[in-house]
Amino acid sequence: MKVLVPVKRVLDFNVKVRVKSDESGVDLANVKMSMNPFDEISVEQAVRMQEAGTATETIAVSIGPDKAQETIRTSLAMGIDRGIHVNTDAEVEPLAVAKILKAIVEEEKPDLVILGKQAIDDDSNQTGQMLAALLGWPQATFANSMDKDGDSLTVAREVDGGIQTIKVTLPAVITTDLRLNEPRYASLPNIMKAKRKPIDAKTTDDYGVDISQRLTTVKVAEPAGRTAGVKVEDAAELVAKLKSEGVI
Amino acid sequence: MAILVIAEHDNEDLKDATHKTVTAAAAMGGDIDILVAGKGVKDVAAAAAKITGVRKVLACDHVSLKRQLAEAMQDVIVPLMDGYDAVLAPDTTTGKNFMPRIAAVLDVMQISSISGVEAADTFVRPIYAGNAMATVKSSDAKKVITIRPTAFAPAEEGGSADIETISDPATPSISEFVSEELSKSDRPELTAAKIVISGGRGMGSGENFAIIEKVADKLGAAVGASRAAVDAGYVPNDYQVGQTGKVVAPELYIAVGISGAIQHLAGMKDSKIIVAINKDEDAPIFQIADYGWVADLFNAVPELEAELAKAGY
Repeated sequence: MKVLVPVKRVLDFNVKVRVKSDESGVDLANVKMSMNPFDEISVEQAVRMQEAGTATETIAVSIGPDKAQETIRTSLAMGIDRGIHVNTDAEVEPLAVAKILKAIVEEEKPDLVILGKQAIDDDSNQTGQMLAALLGWPQATFANSMDKDGDSLTVAREVDGGIQTIKVTLPAVITTDLRLNEPRYASLPNIMKAKRKPIDAKTTDDYGVDISQRLTTVKVAEPAGRTAGVKVEDAAELVAKLKSEGVI
Repeated sequence: MAILVIAEHDNEDLKDATHKTVTAAAAMGGDIDILVAGKGVKDVAAAAAKITGVRKVLACDHVSLKRQLAEAMQDVIVPLMDGYDAVLAPDTTTGKNFMPRIAAVLDVMQISSISGVEAADTFVRPIYAGNAMATVKSSDAKKVITIRPTAFAPAEEGGSADIETISDPATPSISEFVSEELSKSDRPELTAAKIVISGGRGMGSGENFAIIEKVADKLGAAVGASRAAVDAGYVPNDYQVGQTGKVVAPELYIAVGISGAIQHLAGMKDSKIIVAINKDEDAPIFQIADYGWVADLFNAVPELEAELAKAGY
């Protein structure tokens, strides 16, 4: 089975977010960027499926500027076979991303697409579900574990109340949650090997998708701040404070 | 303008998140209808009809909707959207699951997890784990929106809207429910509790959560956890508070043995009063805590429980 893994380049999760003083967005100049952590989990899952003999070919896709190639290289170093880079400097919203991915799915005909459940920059949590709907495929979001069983997948999902297990027929879309696996670090020999793996260079025009934005950002502001309060010395003092606040 | 609100429920009880979604819809202005899709939802529909400001309740009762799987919800909601300008649902794991499917089929860019309504087409939403607040304006003819329940007050009850039964398209489903393992607890739900006490990596083990649970039971609190505690297997996934887990905003949040990574703060920093108990006085959680107690949690938490007992809790 062929597996497609979309990956996104985002502000590294450890970097402090700085809102630009003109409130036009978040400052991304000269800061560390990395693969979206949920996408690392998707890549790991695809590579494990290939190692287990379930997947026969794995492909990573990234839509973004020149530097998105680095994110694809990271996935190749983790074990993905080849990449597709859809080059654009524009900000591409989840709906347009889903449309481009749909076009790629129609070309590549994978049996499974594994995406991160959300990107940690815009926190939208949409692309996988949108892709599934556009393709008319079933989806299993927020995957905690998954098993292939003939032409279907049994997926345990992390839901508000606990774990829900569903079965979806292939082809299908999966979105990954935190505990599906622990992504590996690429070894130096594999990083070297990844440099020779192929990456197809594409543009958004190749897929005939209108990527104009539906949402206009009016402004991006700092959230209401909180400041450190006071220290208490013991339980009696804490209980007294909480009583005077009227919260217990 | 006509707005459809999708009810959050478990076929037995209507959840408070629905009331909060109605508040967000009311801020956009227009007629508000509620869709209750599920199996055996008569009581839920009756409860939804009591929410003030609701024009009518649409009840869709079918076995294929019992688990509200995304594909089945899409089949019910999309045909209804001919009659609505906007559809809103809470950003629970159920709403997050099906809403983007509706948006994609309608060719609309969804606006996720809004925390404020500026105008009928302009919304505020947290991005980057709540480290920035984006105001966005939608140019789509129809709006598909998920709302962050902690950001809206629940709509009052006191109405008596008509309930209209609608038929299920009953298209064959491409996904199938197998089983579920839901955490059972007599404590309040994490997202609805007035008081939440959460444990982190510092708890050391799942058994040690017992000391937190004793305090929770004294205060009628819900028990939560940081990602580190869930990843370590101390507690189940549904305890997780944070950017990618649950977002809570109780009157009182007590963080025990939690250092305060931004991903955790994203899930609780809108709480009214925050208490942090941690032995590391440099832990970032103290920078946002109203009351900080630098102490070994294994001494401090039992002391807190004893003090509460002394005070009659």
